[in-house]
Order: sequence, then C-alpha cells, then structure tokens
Amino acid sequence: MNKRIAVYRKEHFNAAHRLNNPAWPAEKNAAVFGKCNYGNYHGHNYDLIVKVTGEPDPATGFVIDLKLLSDIITSKVLDRFDHKNLNLDTVEFKDLNPTAENIVVVIFHLLRPEINASFDLQVRLYETERNFVEYPAG
Amino acid sequence: MVYLTRVEHFNAAHRLFNPAWSYDKNESVFGKCANENWHGHNYDLFVTIKGSVNEDTGFLFDVKKLSDIIKEYVLELVDHKNLNVDVDFLNGKICSTENLAIGIWNQLVSQLPEGVTLHCIKLFETARIYVEYFGE
Repeated sequence: MNKRIAVYRKEHFNAAHRLNNPAWPAEKNAAVFGKCNYGNYHGHNYDLIVKVTGEPDPATGFVIDLKLLSDIITSKVLDRFDHKNLNLDTVEFKDLNPTAENIVVVIFHLLRPEINASFDLQVRLYETERNFVEYPAG
Repeated sequence: MVYLTRVEHFNAAHRLFNPAWSYDKNESVFGKCANENWHGHNYDLFVTIKGSVNEDTGFLFDVKKLSDIIKEYVLELVDHKNLNVDVDFLNGKICSTENLAIGIWNQLVSQLPEGVTLHCIKLFETARIYVEYFGE
C-alpha cells in the first residue's frame, strides 16, 4: 500500500521588484514588461506554499515536522527576501530577472538541500491572488 | 440610504521612513519596513459611497463610472509605482497604509456627483493588515 503523504506549509513575504532585461533597450523592456518595468520598482505580497511528499516516520507519524519545515523556509527564503528589493538586495536576482517563474525555481533550489532526499519537494508561489506558478511542474 | 462598495487592487513599492530622523531611529521604529531599497505589497482597495437610490436607474451611482473615477484618480497614479518616489499626492508624507488611505480619500472625495457621498476608504496592505478612513 502506498503510504506517501503530501504535507504543506504556507508562508508569505513582501518584496519590491521590477522586470527588466539589461540586454534590451529601454523601449523594448517597456514594450515587453509594461508596468512591471517601471524604473522605481513596485512590489507584491508573495504567498509561498511548500509541499513535501514522503512516507511518514512510524516513530513520530510525521513526514516532516512542520515546525522544522517552517524554520527551514524562514532561514533559507524569508530571511533572504522578506521586505527586500529582489533586484537590488539579493544575490540570487542580481543577474536574473525576478519573474515569478525565476523566483519559484530559486526558492526550490534553496530548499531542496535542506529536505530529506527521499522526499519530493514542490513549491507554489503566488505573486498576486490570481497569478501563481509551481515548480517542478506536474 | 444605501451603501455601495467597489473593490480594486494595485501593486506598489514603498518604504517607511521619516527623513527628520536618523537612520538608526528609522530602523528602530520601522524595522524591516525601513529597508532603503524598498519592499512592496499587493494592496486591496474598498471604496464605499452612500446616498439614495435613483428611481429611474435603480442605482445609487453607476458603478462603472465609480470604477473609472478610481482608475483615473488613484490606480493610474499608484499601480506598479513607488509610493515614496512616484506619487504626488503622497509627497512629503510617510507612506504608511494610514496616510495612503487618507490620500486616496482626498483624491476621490471631490470627484463624486451631487447626492453621492464618499463614506469609507478601506485599504488592505496585506491579508491581515488594513485601515479604514471615514474622512473624520
């Protein structure tokens, strides 16, 4: 019998960003990224859902202690990005456009080494209530 | 008397900072909200008007017109903008949710036709933080 269970922890952070490709002229950035390209930044309340899938430990009944998962997300993700400017204050997005797609992949790779390798990890990131991304897909 | 609310939203960057204070005092009062390179929010805006129902239309006020007024006098000025740098009606003010709600009130209050009164600006900065301003 398959005993694998998915457990989830939801967190959030607030950050400023802008979308810009430095290889393009200003007009092209404005045309492709629209308002998201405005020079003085804008920002979002990001909601983050981290999903860990695995078999519960028979001794504890836990897949992963959700307090521990919360501590990992706080130290690896929230301390880095909360109340920051993603373009200016983070090394991760110094040369990477901080789209929701790129942010979710970065977050996945920040968390992956911290989670038991036998567990699957999936990250969903809401940039607004209606725009969200998930990695890995499926 | 009937109350009608239009819900809008916008995204903006800001920081909380009092230029009359030292860097250290700003840090101690505003904490991470003082981050000098800004941070940002998805703001949800609830604009409530009040008045009597017009017998010919059944409306207090055409909500499409209310939406157009909010777009012209608020959203176009703040959406995807930096509240500290880009927004004239916040010039010289600390960009707290309180001051933003009052600023939005002042932008809208004179744009409504006779018989339609602005009742409340309710502004969510996050899902768990909001302010209300009634013009008092």
